[in-house]
Amino acid sequence: MSPKADPAPEGDAGVVERRKKSKKPKYSRFTQQELPACKPLLTPTIVISTFSLIGILFIPIGLASLSASDIVVEIVYRYDTECIPQQSQNDKLAFIQSSETDKTCLTTLTVPKNMKAPVYIYYELDNFYQNHRRYVKSRNDKQLRSKAYEQETTNCAPEATTANGSPIVPCGLIAWSLFNDTYSFAIQNKVIEVNKKNIAWPSDKNNKFGSDVYPKNFQQGALIGGAKLNESIPLSEQEDLIVWMRTAALPQFRKLYGRIETDLAANEQISVTIENNYNTYSFDGEKKLVLSTTSWIGGKNDFLGVAYLTVGSLCLFLALAFIVLYLLKPRTLGDPSYLSWNRNPDGHQ
Amino acid sequence: MALQGSPTLPQQEEPPSVPSSSHRRHRSSRYQFSLDSINFNFPIPFLRHGSHAESERFAGSQRELDSDCRHVIVGDTDGSDPHLEFPGNAVRTAKYSLLTFLPRNLFEQFHRVSYIYFLAIAVLNQLPQLAVFGRGASILPLAFVLVVTAAKDAYEDWRRHRSDRIENNRPVSVQDPCTAQFCSKRWKDVRVGDVLKVSEDETIPCDMVILSTSDPSGVAYVQTINLDGESNLKIRYAKQETMSRLASDKCVIRCEEPNRNIYGFLANMEVDGKRVSLGPSNIILRGCELKNTAWVMGVAVYTANETKVMLNSSDAPSKRSRLETQMNRETLLLSAILMALCSVVSICSGIWLGNHVDGLELAQFFRKRDYSGRVDKNFNYYGIGLQVFFTFLMSAIVFQIMIPISLYISMEMVRLGQSYFMTWDSNLFDESSNSRFQCRALNINEDLGQIKYVFSDKTGTLTENKMEFRCTSIWGIDYSGGNASSEDNNELHYTVVCNDQIWKPKAPVKTDPDLVKLLRNESDTEHGRQAHEFFLALACCNTMIPQVVETSDPNERLIDYQGESPDEQALVYAAASYGFVLVERTPGHIIVDVLGEKQRFDVLGLHEFDSDRKRMSVIIRCPDNTVKLFVKGADTSMFSVAQKSMNLQVIDATKINLQAYSSLGLRTLVIGVRKLSRNEFKAWHSAYENASTALIGRGRLLRAVAIDFERNFDILGASAIEDKLQQGVPEAIESMRKAGIRVWVLTGDKQETAISIGYSCKLLTSEMTQIVINSNSRETCKKSLHDAVAMSCNLAEMSTESRLSSSVSSRVPMALIVDGSSLVYMLETELQEELYKVATICDVVLCCRVAPLQKAGIVALIKDRTDDLTLAIGDGANDVSMIQMADVGIGLSGQEGRQAVLASDFAMGQFRFLVPLLLVHGHWNYQRMAYMILYNFYRNAVFVFILFWYVLYAAYSLTTAVTEWSSVFYSIIYTALPTIVVGIFDKDLSRKTLLKYPQLYRSGQMNQRYNLKLFNITMIDTVWQSVVIFFIPCVAYAHSTIDDSSLGDLWTFVVVVLVNIHLAMDVFQWNWITHASIWGCIAATLICEIIIDSMWFLPGNWAIFNVMGTGLFWLCILGVLAAGMLPRFVMKALIQHFMPNDIQIARELEKFRNVNGVSTSISRFSQP
Repeated sequence: MSPKADPAPEGDAGVVERRKKSKKPKYSRFTQQELPACKPLLTPTIVISTFSLIGILFIPIGLASLSASDIVVEIVYRYDTECIPQQSQNDKLAFIQSSETDKTCLTTLTVPKNMKAPVYIYYELDNFYQNHRRYVKSRNDKQLRSKAYEQETTNCAPEATTANGSPIVPCGLIAWSLFNDTYSFAIQNKVIEVNKKNIAWPSDKNNKFGSDVYPKNFQQGALIGGAKLNESIPLSEQEDLIVWMRTAALPQFRKLYGRIETDLAANEQISVTIENNYNTYSFDGEKKLVLSTTSWIGGKNDFLGVAYLTVGSLCLFLALAFIVLYLLKPRTLGDPSYLSWNRNPDGHQ
Repeated sequence: MALQGSPTLPQQEEPPSVPSSSHRRHRSSRYQFSLDSINFNFPIPFLRHGSHAESERFAGSQRELDSDCRHVIVGDTDGSDPHLEFPGNAVRTAKYSLLTFLPRNLFEQFHRVSYIYFLAIAVLNQLPQLAVFGRGASILPLAFVLVVTAAKDAYEDWRRHRSDRIENNRPVSVQDPCTAQFCSKRWKDVRVGDVLKVSEDETIPCDMVILSTSDPSGVAYVQTINLDGESNLKIRYAKQETMSRLASDKCVIRCEEPNRNIYGFLANMEVDGKRVSLGPSNIILRGCELKNTAWVMGVAVYTANETKVMLNSSDAPSKRSRLETQMNRETLLLSAILMALCSVVSICSGIWLGNHVDGLELAQFFRKRDYSGRVDKNFNYYGIGLQVFFTFLMSAIVFQIMIPISLYISMEMVRLGQSYFMTWDSNLFDESSNSRFQCRALNINEDLGQIKYVFSDKTGTLTENKMEFRCTSIWGIDYSGGNASSEDNNELHYTVVCNDQIWKPKAPVKTDPDLVKLLRNESDTEHGRQAHEFFLALACCNTMIPQVVETSDPNERLIDYQGESPDEQALVYAAASYGFVLVERTPGHIIVDVLGEKQRFDVLGLHEFDSDRKRMSVIIRCPDNTVKLFVKGADTSMFSVAQKSMNLQVIDATKINLQAYSSLGLRTLVIGVRKLSRNEFKAWHSAYENASTALIGRGRLLRAVAIDFERNFDILGASAIEDKLQQGVPEAIESMRKAGIRVWVLTGDKQETAISIGYSCKLLTSEMTQIVINSNSRETCKKSLHDAVAMSCNLAEMSTESRLSSSVSSRVPMALIVDGSSLVYMLETELQEELYKVATICDVVLCCRVAPLQKAGIVALIKDRTDDLTLAIGDGANDVSMIQMADVGIGLSGQEGRQAVLASDFAMGQFRFLVPLLLVHGHWNYQRMAYMILYNFYRNAVFVFILFWYVLYAAYSLTTAVTEWSSVFYSIIYTALPTIVVGIFDKDLSRKTLLKYPQLYRSGQMNQRYNLKLFNITMIDTVWQSVVIFFIPCVAYAHSTIDDSSLGDLWTFVVVVLVNIHLAMDVFQWNWITHASIWGCIAATLICEIIIDSMWFLPGNWAIFNVMGTGLFWLCILGVLAAGMLPRFVMKALIQHFMPNDIQIARELEKFRNVNGVSTSISRFSQP
């Protein structure tokens, strides 16, 4: 009996030992690449329902955008040429550069439709490359934020320091070129208040521009780039500067000037007094004054509405087209007879 | 297992029937003319027909010992190495030290051209005029890549350092030359000339010549598994002259310079003023383990990096994948696009500057002139020419990621992941050898999906290389009854009774009852004598070492034959089963139990096998004092030198039997015997003595002696051994044929054997037309090749005609069979071209009698002429050249050592694993990698195009609305993970489908997933998507107060979402990892943007919060996604339905299998 009984335990031990040593990979769905997975296929149902869904979703959005854009009432007045007296039309540059000329300019705008308060006042510049590499880099955020970094003028050249070496605050081309046209409005000789408070982002006022940083040596070089700053107001309160220093993305841009907080009725005549100081004449820049209400989509812009309508209707059309195509040329999904080697058995040799 | 058995030490197992001789010590008999004392060198020969590797392996030992050899004075390290030229035994596999890490690692990394490109860009960016990005942002991408790679290298090197340290500090006892005492030293302190003592189961610390062992006859057993993967024990010998050497004896060894031939060693030793020659059997190599021997004492001759194992350790070969090579073409195209973009920007900027040259003097945003008054000059303006030049360089900096640097890292990571899955695939695990799949080369995973030609070795690759004795022909009579007879003849198995124990051969062979009867009862007839001699020859003419293994039954022992040649093993087991049991082997004699009677045979000499003679022989002194030469070898090399006066009938009958055996696919050997007269023996003995102690040309002299005496023998008969096919080989070949892979078999076997193996593994079928080229001269070879070309063309034409006429498949499959001697004439001449033509027309090519270098030549024949990828698979040293030549080399970790594995790119256990490897993993890898490359090109290009469009709106001044950090993070954080995850996990089809339809493999062979057309389509789509991404927000925000940071944030976010949605649309299988990575990356992008915009010192501070709060932002994103993906989606839907490829159909099959066949035309529209 012993010969029969003996091999068993040893055999077991052998198996155990081998299992311990075996390098066989342990089975798991992960290592065998068998994780549960969803395998989407572009079946006719899915294709048609995708197109229909996009169509059904996009057309209402397009219509809503169009109507939102339609509500917006906008008055645009280009004044860069109008505001140059007739005799100076040939040499606009000399007119604007001269400190003797009277740059006040009067005009009247008609309100086309009722404009509900608040009415936003923008100035719009064209051909002004606020995104030019030389320009966007020409600022120092450290100096703007804290008095301790007053001396910090890296990147600001050529508007970094005055001739005697003391730092310009705020330094750099952006600040130096601060827009300095001003507008005032009146209806029937009654001045309309322009609210210039809170036109900048609160985050900029709180985080980027220091309340203890006051302008210094500003705009005192040989070439005046734009507006001067009141040296007794800290940068965090200089909202025009803050707005200006949010450099625009595109060469044609608007910047918020202020708000009119009374409703304007249709056909009302607004007399506008423009101080035309800012030099855009050297590079053929355009200047416009814009009065506009706003809606959820922003300003007046039909593009998105049209785009949505186009994509939406295209998708509906495609849905129909695919239905027709599928009906004309049906194909059984997963039919092995479509496999190339089943279609022409010799082809593969 | 065998090692745990009791060691077969001669003194323990003194057979009672041989009372005296084994106790005669060689030293005492040195002065007598005793045949024992012939101190021959006992190299380990092995006989394996069909493999030419042996001749190569022995090349080293046949070389001559030249003058600039190494002198080792035993026990005297300073004398051996007076100038300290030899390294200590401290190995250093680590590449770097703490000091050299940085420079060396960087130097190695910058070997990659793309890194130099990115370095150049980063350097350019440091020039103040060109500073587009901040310093950090410009260096970060390159630094990231460098740091990741360096960290990986450092970790690997640290592991090497650690293992070096462990290795170097292992203890060994070293003899102190003065006191002759052994003391413990660390491995690293061992020097050339030290005398070391190694005990059982210890690892040998360096290559050492054995001086003495615990065994009185100087035998030591070593296991060389670390060296060549062979687990059987090998015998090594101490020279009798040194066995009794005292520590003070002066003894000088002259040996060859270190080399990597692990089977060769050439040296001689001067001891007591006498010269003794040393061979490979007198040296034990570093890495071996001492077994069955209590201790061994030896002198270190090669240390550390000069040891043979270290010289043989080579890194995985470096090859480049086909896809990567093709990728370079597209990379060049991308650089052309990059150059074009830079040119457009710089030319436009020149025109713009020219047009505005006056206005810019005063323009606030340009400020060309420095009005500070200190100097009257331009500010940062160098004239239009230089500005244009700077603009060009700056645009190259801004658009640099057009060439995707991250792609190289992603590819490495994806390959790592793919290798992980290949290694851990339980379908590629070989139970029998307990070996996993190994990826030795990490950069050609995707080549596995494009293989067109497979070149396979036969022995050990298609077959198991486990030999089984099947039938025998003795004196012209065929005995193959053992196969047919039933199990019950097991009891006829012969056993040896020894000290009340029963010894059985471990692997008994089924015996033929007639033959057994003949041996037992008719030993006095002529026939019986022949049979007796025949089996004696089988038992003697070999180098097998019997090992006795204990079993669970205390009265039973198993005899396990250890040796290097599986053929010999099979023959010895066969002899044992018929009652001729080899029970003991010492260097001087063997003991064979002949039909129950133990007999001692003195082994006087041995002529090892070589591929020229194709035979081996031993000289044996029988108990009756006659001296016989037993010889065995291939039939071609035997009949020509056999006794001419032999019975022709017997010879003819034997030849007929041989033919029959080899047509069954059996490996045949012919056995012969020659009686040596006293004079002949004397002549042989002196010739052999001279040759084996010669210092110059020993190998050649020995061979000459062998040729001189291996003739005029009587043919005793022939044996036939079956080389069993590996499991699943026919099915694997069938699958590969369906997959469009051409399988060529290159074997060293003879034609008949090769053809029969071809049939049994279904490579050849009966309807195939065989074209055989088998010629011995250049002219006949040329002629038969011409005929073959004509014939193959005819057949090919015929089958096309018949196909056209009958539209029924009637193609005549063709097989080409070429032998090695014809290949000699073809491969190196103008006939090559014709051979190529015939070979590619034929479905199957079988090359027999091929030498190792010819194998590589055949691979090169295809590789040089086509773009098709080649794969070579083999298991032996003779396959190494072929494995290295082919695009993908696969080594089988099988019976024949590890050289093939060491030279290979991938190693696995079984031939049949080739099917899942190529059809499943190869297909997946190729598909994933191809998609990943295209996607990465697209992903980076779309981003560059967005930057480019913006530059057109920023006066060509190369401003980017996207913050510089976002452009850095774009390819390394925002979009990197999903492509890697998809590259590792995505599967277009399941394993089951791919194995069921091998034809699906052709998509890789035809480059369907990556080609110029796909690249162009992708690029057109890229431009469209970039236009949509850029212009929809651009126009939507026209005339608004939008600032550059907000718009930049919008573009960044929308491009990341779009690019990820694009990927999501192309993903075949969504598992949780894919979901997590794609949606996670979009979330990560938003988080990163929020973090970047929370930095107060960046101009874009808080922009993302402002812009996200408006409806316009979300409307833009939705609109961009729909408009951007629309063309791609429409194309995809159209192609998938109206021009489905096989993969598409197979995917549908996979999904709708359950409804397949019952679906009606209506149900096509409804998803089941």
